[in-house]
Amino acid sequence: MKSLAELQAIKDRMKDKVVLREGTNSVRVVVGMATCGIAAGARPVLNTFVEEVNNKGLAETVAVSQTGCIGICQFEPVVEIFEAGKEKVTYVKMTSEKAKEVVEKHLKGGKVIQEYTIAANQ
Amino acid sequence: MKELSLNILDIAENSVKAKATLTEIIVEEKDNTLTFTIIDDGTGMPKEIVESVTDPFYTTRTTRKVGLGLPLLKMAAEQTGGKIFITSQQGDNHGTTVSALFYKDHIDFTPLGDVISTMITLIQGHPETDFLFKHIKGKGEVKLDTREIRQVLGDVPLNEYEVIKWISEYLREQYEIFK
Repeated sequence: MKSLAELQAIKDRMKDKVVLREGTNSVRVVVGMATCGIAAGARPVLNTFVEEVNNKGLAETVAVSQTGCIGICQFEPVVEIFEAGKEKVTYVKMTSEKAKEVVEKHLKGGKVIQEYTIAANQ
Repeated sequence: MKELSLNILDIAENSVKAKATLTEIIVEEKDNTLTFTIIDDGTGMPKEIVESVTDPFYTTRTTRKVGLGLPLLKMAAEQTGGKIFITSQQGDNHGTTVSALFYKDHIDFTPLGDVISTMITLIQGHPETDFLFKHIKGKGEVKLDTREIRQVLGDVPLNEYEVIKWISEYLREQYEIFK
């Protein structure tokens, strides 16, 4: 059974790490989580990004967050990627599988997957 | 929405947007009914708005004119023969309560679905606010109170991946006993 004592151990492990990490995230992955996004399947997309970013060891540089309606509901689930000094990339009609690919090729490999972007879907 | 847990996520997002410090999500199954209630201590809504929030042409969003969250919930409940209740108060004791009643034996009942994912998504996106989740069925109860977790964690944020994973496992284990 999971216990609060385990949580204490996590705390002790994380304490130094959290201080170290603050302000170092240079890439932001933002998932639209308004009614339109949620209905279209944003929940598993978000959770896949959170898992994959951590499993691939990218948590030091990539922050995953949520936002409201981006205003292009017909393209939901929508994911925006912000990186300092680069143009924003908007991925549309996302799925968990596509999210895994974006983590691997774009966030890890540095290569935008053009076919999933809004430009390729208009 | 494919699952009621997605309606729960959607409505609870409104609570966070209304600056709630605590959002309670209570799911209760009794005989052939399922009721969920979302209680927040957010800013609340004026009376005119409470009366119009289930109207699909009413919305607070500014990007387009149609808001569908509560109308969708209303439809999901009413198509099973159930209904929704909304009360809200501004000023003293401010907050909003949304409750939805469903008949599980109706052919149009949408299953509850992955409620653990909904809780994880809420905590991941809003680590600074608290959530109390309860799922009650007969004598069984699944419970998560982020205030208790926060007390142990101190200043380690609730959306640290290890914490999120722990919460997810914690709920999964409780559901195994619950079944």
